[in-house]
Amino acid sequence: MANSSNHYVAPLDETPLAEVDSVNISAQASNLWLDAWRDMRGRPMFYISGFIIILVALVALFPGWFTQVPPNNDCLLVNSNGAPITGHPLGFTKQGCDVYSRIIHGTSTSLSVGIIVTILTAGLGVLFGAFAGFYGRWLDAILSRVGDIFFAIPYILAAVVIMSVFSSYRNIIIISLAIGLFAWPSTARVLRAEILRVKNADFVMASTAIGVSRFKILMRHVLPNSIAPVIVITTLSLAAAIVAEATLSFLGVGLPTSFMSWGNDISQAQSDLRNAPQTLIYPSLALTITALSFIMMGEVIRNALDPKARARR
Amino acid sequence: MSIATPTSAVTPGSGARSAITPLLEIRGLKVEFSTQRDSVTAVDGIDLTLMPGQTLAIVGESGSGKSTLAHSIINLLPGTGAITAGSILFDGQDLTTISEKELQGIRGRDIGFVPQDPMSNLNPVWSVGFQVEESVRANGVAVGRKEIRAKAIEVLRKAGLDDADARMRQFPHQFSGGMRQRVLIGMALSASPKLLIADEPTSALDVTVQRTILDYLDSLTRDSGTAVVLITHDLGLAAERAEQLVVMYRGKVVEAGPSLEILRNPLHPYTQRLVAAAPSLASRRLTAAAKGVESTLTSPVVAVPATAAAFDLAAIADRPRAGIAENTALQNNALADNAIVVDGLTKVYSIRGRGFKTVPFTAVDNVSFSIARGTTMALVGESGSGKSTVAKMLLGLEKLTSGRIEIDGADTGELSPKELFNLRRRMQPVFQDPYGSLDPLRNIENTIAEPLDTHRVGTKAERRKRVYELLDQVSLPRAIATRYPNELSGGQRQRVAVARALALKPAIVILDEAVSALDVLVQAQILQLLHELQTELSLTYLFITHDLAVVRVIADNVAVMNKGRIVEAATTSEVFENPKQEYTKRLLDAIPGANIRLGA
Repeated sequence: MANSSNHYVAPLDETPLAEVDSVNISAQASNLWLDAWRDMRGRPMFYISGFIIILVALVALFPGWFTQVPPNNDCLLVNSNGAPITGHPLGFTKQGCDVYSRIIHGTSTSLSVGIIVTILTAGLGVLFGAFAGFYGRWLDAILSRVGDIFFAIPYILAAVVIMSVFSSYRNIIIISLAIGLFAWPSTARVLRAEILRVKNADFVMASTAIGVSRFKILMRHVLPNSIAPVIVITTLSLAAAIVAEATLSFLGVGLPTSFMSWGNDISQAQSDLRNAPQTLIYPSLALTITALSFIMMGEVIRNALDPKARARR
Repeated sequence: MSIATPTSAVTPGSGARSAITPLLEIRGLKVEFSTQRDSVTAVDGIDLTLMPGQTLAIVGESGSGKSTLAHSIINLLPGTGAITAGSILFDGQDLTTISEKELQGIRGRDIGFVPQDPMSNLNPVWSVGFQVEESVRANGVAVGRKEIRAKAIEVLRKAGLDDADARMRQFPHQFSGGMRQRVLIGMALSASPKLLIADEPTSALDVTVQRTILDYLDSLTRDSGTAVVLITHDLGLAAERAEQLVVMYRGKVVEAGPSLEILRNPLHPYTQRLVAAAPSLASRRLTAAAKGVESTLTSPVVAVPATAAAFDLAAIADRPRAGIAENTALQNNALADNAIVVDGLTKVYSIRGRGFKTVPFTAVDNVSFSIARGTTMALVGESGSGKSTVAKMLLGLEKLTSGRIEIDGADTGELSPKELFNLRRRMQPVFQDPYGSLDPLRNIENTIAEPLDTHRVGTKAERRKRVYELLDQVSLPRAIATRYPNELSGGQRQRVAVARALALKPAIVILDEAVSALDVLVQAQILQLLHELQTELSLTYLFITHDLAVVRVIADNVAVMNKGRIVEAATTSEVFENPKQEYTKRLLDAIPGANIRLGA
């Protein structure tokens, strides 16, 4: 075939030609979220943390499924700081109440605070971050400075002050507001940075040239493409909020003792740490495991959404 | 695979040399990348031979394995890639078996490497001088601070930088792309290696810069007798710069031999496709034909099997122009039937100067042109010439500083927002980056239907019907309507972008570097598609590009921009055959392959 001794041509049967740029219809559907979902399902950590989160949610919603012992009524001082006995697997508190039952019934408080704070921080963060990043100019200047002011105040300190001021109105809503109102700026900052990146994409220019309004572009194209890191932060902040509630309760500026919460139990157990460690350890364990599973879930989502992390695995 | 040596390098008149052992001999090389589940073979049984002092070009599309081949020679493969079979004999030493430490000694000292992207391959936090000195020291070219510094200055001076002394203290951001690439080439050659591997050394640069860089590379390697492996996607460039050519396709060598021989007489169907689709060569063929030269090349090209995939660009360019007399002068601003009239268009940006002051910067300077309905005008220029700014102003994405734009006889400056919104129906853009211009989270149907949706055209069912119609028009299967952009290749995405642009049945399409990011074969397909759509729907195109070779194929008229001004505007054949301006001549001259005499 070669007409010159040093002109090499591969045999055709070894190098079959494909159609230029043919479409592979049979391939799996794929975009960022589908890929992330597929990736998550291949990680054991996703199942472990997912299981714990669902379990915690069930405990919060239906405490009756997990214990028949009333957490407050049947307390007998005879049992004060008592060791575990049949029917009371984790022993008794100083007041003679069942530790296990108190943990089960305190779950809903901790989780509600976590969820309300998360909704609050995500909502405020997305609102401020999206508008500041997308519209820029003076709006960005104003919104970002407002964010900076809140960012400069440590949210635990701010919450302590607010809870002290509203000492007679302490309830789940107030404590959630106290934490959430000062925790949103980090979400806003992350989203703003992401939006600044996405809004310069060519597909935004293409939509502008089509005549799509600015607001629609933000909602339809820019926000969905920049929301991924916010979801990661949100999962992590849920854990942080649960811990924050416990911290405030521990410091004595959280929920009043009439509310059952892990933080309150830990706070009340601290004086008896040496003679009745179970009263401190078990609520702390519940807190740690719950917080950890949300953090692990956040980590799994982050790895799934980050193509670079996916390639490294 | 036992086959004849692809390239046995004997240049006529150097018969004695053939007795010398080859500098580089690759036998049955196989490189695989392991992914999560399986492995992908990127290089599949490659053989090649390179003689000392010779230049060999490896040509292929993206994904053909050409860069992987180059990287595997000095084992710069990323973590997931590994050589699984074959040998690489360099100067009698098998590089696949030696230790990492021995290889480090060979890298830089015996084999130099010029990376693709000059923008990211110099560390921005260190001065250029520091980095050159570093490589001089690492290669052991000089010892002692003074000698190293002297050698580094010499490297920069050889790299063609004036006042190399002062340049040593500067940082990469103070260098232009071309200068950085010269520095990198200088660094690669500082130890006078026997072999230089250049991986797409000029793909990120303007054509005129590309030409000077390659000339410089040529002269340096010729002086020192360095052999060069040049990786490129550009067949014209490869043929111009290398005596030996290796064409790669899907990890395999499909054709190898002397460059001109392959260009004149491509034997493998894939090479035939490539030669037919290369715009730089197409324009060469056209000029040859116009001058009445009996081209020996045309015969094998015509003989390309008429598969749906094989396009001959020369055929598109030779088409009868849509009834427009070629001598319709651009200056003829008669209102007759112009789709676009631009008059005195100027854009001044204020950029930050010293302190709190701003400095005006004129990106577009008093630009005037008009485009007759149903024709294509190409706006050509190098990066920074202001051509994309013109497009953005036309599309209403940037405000004009001064001047006038008339679309279909209506001055856009005087239109109300409502009228402007309606104007968008008649004028649509297609952007350069097929990976960036489609929203990755919206499926193809939603993407194509967005203009219909925004302008409230038809019912939901009618819109879907129109989407299918458009997919047919751009030759994509209807099944991809529910798919997402990252499942498609660059060319397919660009088809989707074209479909979106056509959704509202516009009269004018502005193509901003719409084919620049695509492989030649895909580029030829898209150009063919654009041409067919133009004749079918009588569209007016404004074709913005840096690639003069493509212009020849698609445009009726050309306006050449330089530093914000139009320096030359005429019909395409006038500009190509009889360029008036020095700048235009330089641009034309810099088209890779422009100097190859194919029809001997």
